[in-house]
Amino acid sequence: MLVPVEWINDYIDLKDVLTEEFCEKMIMSGSNLETCEYFCQDLEKVVVGRIEVIEKHPDADKLVVCRINVGDAEAAGKGEDGLVQIVTGAPNVFEGAYVPVALHKSHIPGPLHGQPKQEGGVKITKGKLRGVESFGMLCSCGELGFDDKVVPIAHRDGIWILDPEVYEGIEEKVGQDFADALELKQAVVDFEITPNRPDCLAMVGMAREAAATFGRSFSYPDIAIADADSSKKSSDYVSVEIKNTDACRRYVARIVTDVQVKQSPWWLQKRLMYAGMRPINNIVDITNFVMLEYGQPIHAFDIKEVHGNKIIVDNAAPGEVFTTLDETERKMDEDMLMIKDAERSIAIAGVMGGLNSEIEDDTQTIIVESANFNGDSIRTTAKRLGLRTEASARFEKGIDPNLTEAAADRVCRLIELIGAGKVCEGSVDVYPNPVKARVIDVRVDRINHVLGIDLPREEMVRMLEGLEIKVEGEGNIMTVTPPTVRQDLLEEEDYIEEIARMYGYDKLPVTLPRGNNEAGMPYERHIRDMAREALCGLGLNEIQTYSFVSPSGVDKVRIDEDSWERAFVKIINPLGEDTSVMRTILTPNMMDVLARNYSRNIEAARAFEIGNTFMDNPISQDHLPDEDYSLCIGMYGKIEDFFTLKGVIVELLSVLGIRKPVFVAESEYGVYHPGRCARILVEASPEMKAAGEEYEELGIMGEIHPDVAEGYGMDGVRVYCCELMFGAILRKANTEIVYSPLPKFPSTSRDIALLVEENMEVGRIKKVIEEFGKPILESVELFDVYRGQQVEDGKKSVAFNLVYRDMEKTLTDDEVAKVHQEVLDALKEKLQAVLREI
Amino acid sequence: MQSRLNKIREEAKAQIESARTQTEIEEIRVRLLGKKGVLTQILRGMGQLSPEERKETGQMTNKVRSEIENMLGEKFEAAKRAAKEAQFKIEKVDVTEPGKGRSLGVKHPLTITMEEISKVFMNMGFSIVEGPEVETVFNNFDALNAGPNHPARDMTDTFYITEDVLLRTQTSPVQVRTLMKQKPPIKVISPGRCFRCDTPDATHSPMFHQIEGLVVDEGITMADLKGTLDSFAKQLFGPETKTKFRPHHFPFTEPSAEVDVSCFKCGGKGCRVCKGSGWIEILGCGMVHPNVLKVGGLDTEKYTGFAFGLGVERVAMLKYGVDDIRLFYENDMRFIEQFK
Repeated sequence: MLVPVEWINDYIDLKDVLTEEFCEKMIMSGSNLETCEYFCQDLEKVVVGRIEVIEKHPDADKLVVCRINVGDAEAAGKGEDGLVQIVTGAPNVFEGAYVPVALHKSHIPGPLHGQPKQEGGVKITKGKLRGVESFGMLCSCGELGFDDKVVPIAHRDGIWILDPEVYEGIEEKVGQDFADALELKQAVVDFEITPNRPDCLAMVGMAREAAATFGRSFSYPDIAIADADSSKKSSDYVSVEIKNTDACRRYVARIVTDVQVKQSPWWLQKRLMYAGMRPINNIVDITNFVMLEYGQPIHAFDIKEVHGNKIIVDNAAPGEVFTTLDETERKMDEDMLMIKDAERSIAIAGVMGGLNSEIEDDTQTIIVESANFNGDSIRTTAKRLGLRTEASARFEKGIDPNLTEAAADRVCRLIELIGAGKVCEGSVDVYPNPVKARVIDVRVDRINHVLGIDLPREEMVRMLEGLEIKVEGEGNIMTVTPPTVRQDLLEEEDYIEEIARMYGYDKLPVTLPRGNNEAGMPYERHIRDMAREALCGLGLNEIQTYSFVSPSGVDKVRIDEDSWERAFVKIINPLGEDTSVMRTILTPNMMDVLARNYSRNIEAARAFEIGNTFMDNPISQDHLPDEDYSLCIGMYGKIEDFFTLKGVIVELLSVLGIRKPVFVAESEYGVYHPGRCARILVEASPEMKAAGEEYEELGIMGEIHPDVAEGYGMDGVRVYCCELMFGAILRKANTEIVYSPLPKFPSTSRDIALLVEENMEVGRIKKVIEEFGKPILESVELFDVYRGQQVEDGKKSVAFNLVYRDMEKTLTDDEVAKVHQEVLDALKEKLQAVLREI
Repeated sequence: MQSRLNKIREEAKAQIESARTQTEIEEIRVRLLGKKGVLTQILRGMGQLSPEERKETGQMTNKVRSEIENMLGEKFEAAKRAAKEAQFKIEKVDVTEPGKGRSLGVKHPLTITMEEISKVFMNMGFSIVEGPEVETVFNNFDALNAGPNHPARDMTDTFYITEDVLLRTQTSPVQVRTLMKQKPPIKVISPGRCFRCDTPDATHSPMFHQIEGLVVDEGITMADLKGTLDSFAKQLFGPETKTKFRPHHFPFTEPSAEVDVSCFKCGGKGCRVCKGSGWIEILGCGMVHPNVLKVGGLDTEKYTGFAFGLGVERVAMLKYGVDDIRLFYENDMRFIEQFK
């Protein structure tokens, strides 16, 4: 909401308050601001000039040479005739035109026509244009710092021409400083209006806030028609009927005759421009002015286009097509509210007028509409039509129906004031259910209790009255009547807020809540934190990727067609295909990240993500999908292989108390290399075992399939990934640590090397050793796998270190030898593993 | 005899002095004092002498022997020292060569920031609670007093899964879940991911992280809210930090406030980080609206509370000087490794 400080001063005298102080105090009383812009502060040596002579440029068709009267202004390059020569390419100059002249060594905000905005503005100096001397520049509105969207169409594409009819008395101002002559220097504050305060989307509303903030009185705009035409009444010209009283709460119409449509006087144009609107013509400008002033949208109809002199507010006809004044045909729905005459629709209520009843230059009599439409109805209509206008936006936020009459009167008063028409007496006002203020009781002690202060009643009453809230009752009870424009004041807490902001948040005391609490966190989060710490300790970097992904990610990692990973939770309104479904696994995102790093020439990366995954659950009670955390690890680089990844996983699981994971070869999962992939299992819980499951799956790991890597632009790069289901880890995690006593008796160690078939899994051999080494086998560790000389083709030699120990006594050689031999026999018998000499 | 012994001693002395290594010294010891050594021979030959002579010769010989032993011992120690020093010289390393071994991994900067913030609140007795990222419209809007026409409900602002299910736009639904589950005193924070329909650019991300807090108990005041957040700001940004509470509007709190902290880069003088104002907006907060407390079935006359929320990305960007929010989700290892 752009608020020119000059405008606010119409209603409340703040001329002695510095703009900075105004801003700061308004912020602290609840009107936060986005920016405060000072217009034309750095305009230097720009004066009002009159073009006396225009001659063709001798060497350029598109340029003309102007000789300009700058009066008494000190200017370089004044000729003997006292005129300053300036060359311009602007098409709209003419002899006798009054224009802004940037003299030699002047400064303007810019940007120059057709150039980008320059920080700190632009310096103008004399120069030669195609050989002809030019002692300055004629300026456009834009070059003097006005946004393109507020510049009147008439001089948008040329020099700012100051028509004496608009700029009254400009003839006497030749040579004067331009900013002074047009009173351009002023501050415009852009207030951030929160949705609960639509009343502040109006100059009057902001003035009310300022009055309360500064403790000063303020006056409403002048709405008294001084010279109404008593021979003509508005009701003689038009009648109004509201058929849908839910959607239209009030309709006020007034008539103005003898209308002269022309440009508005400069003071009016200037107000609109500073408030961010483009001046169009006097009638439109006044309706916009009043909308900005009161927050009440106004529409004007040409009465000759209102057939039957009748206004009917009713829903659109079935299948109706209507052309709005932006010359667009629109299909209406039956629940959209229309303004109709006796025969046809003439406007979409509260959204946009119709092309058929638009004000034209030859319009003579107008109907001024000041109506109140239901915000929800307008919102639906505007949204469905894709047509949000300044008016519809305001209706959506909610407007007080009690404003309509004053706003209509104000329009008429302004028309009268600038001599743009004759106002008929009275108005047509249809207001079936007048809105009354919501009167409630609020308690002094409750307000003090919530705010932690001890403010006497009188103080509170003073603050509320400053906001035009009437206070009655006595003692602890304040019976409050808000102005109806304050639709946000409904309950006690709304008044607590009013007192708080008027008292000043900065003055509230600073205390801490009493009582002690024990801080805790969910066990699951604790386990996730542990996993994160462990993985960082193992040299992996944590990544964070979007929860929503592209559905093509699962294709890229070659997930099977009908696999669960494709049971996506879909977003109805995604930003794009790339972020249109919730992720079911983390691996595609991990691959994206690894690929991005690889493409940036980063030689190696080890990364992990712990994040939510989502699964559609059609039978969940609250219709929410299942959410579960996943843990994904990804790595590439010279030193990485299947076993560096496996090492990380085993260590991670062991930190979480999952001691004996089992890795089972998997060759069917499309993500991974068929010969380098394993499912990660752990012993099942007793319940699951009872149901016949020996193992429970934690996740899967492996080397990414070369086709997948290629799809990510990592041709020939060996990438290792793993995805663990955190839910399963959580069930298995055991963070309790129980000490076991250190051994008191010595151990005996035996190294063995076994010759086995190439495809014999180490895990199987180990299992046999463990089974037959019981109960004195303490540990068995693989320490070498050898292929080559002295080992025949198709076989390999695997070497283990076995440690025997009895916790109760020292083992004798015989005892060890006996068990060890049993182990060797079993290996030979069950696995055809032959002992080799080491 | 005496002169012979003297001669042996002098010769031994010369030999020992000229010896260089521990091995040479050992050889000398064997030659003189070993089983077949000169002195040993003399002592052995003493059987032929008279008891007096034997005593005298024995004493003289043992004296020379111990003298030689001392000389040998000293020389041996010196040689050992020299040998060690020579070894040290050979083993000298270039200490400027790089260290070996794997470096530690790094937590994501958003995790680090969330942990830091959470820690401050946990030290103040807040518990962490969590909830789903995909939420019901009820928990995300209705229960938080955002009316049916609240603009945030628009499809242009919020991602929907169905008419009744959405991606949470804030972590406040976790507060609703807490209110429905737990009786006061409640003192929780809920960190997590949130989603809004913002096209990614340097300062916007359709996914971001928030930490929101909720305190509900008897007698909780707005002064307590100020105290808690002021203390938080001082713990996170330093004891000199000042806070400024400005009135604002949120549907689920009233009165509501936005909180600025004095710029931790310039201390409030005005700089690039605070855009010259000396203040940085960091938090939204307010007294919990009674309509929200009623969702939990609480007696709003008895219980009051406050709630607050802050954006993790924003804090991280300010703290570390990160100028583009997208960097957090690109996961360039060179970016992440800076947060070690």
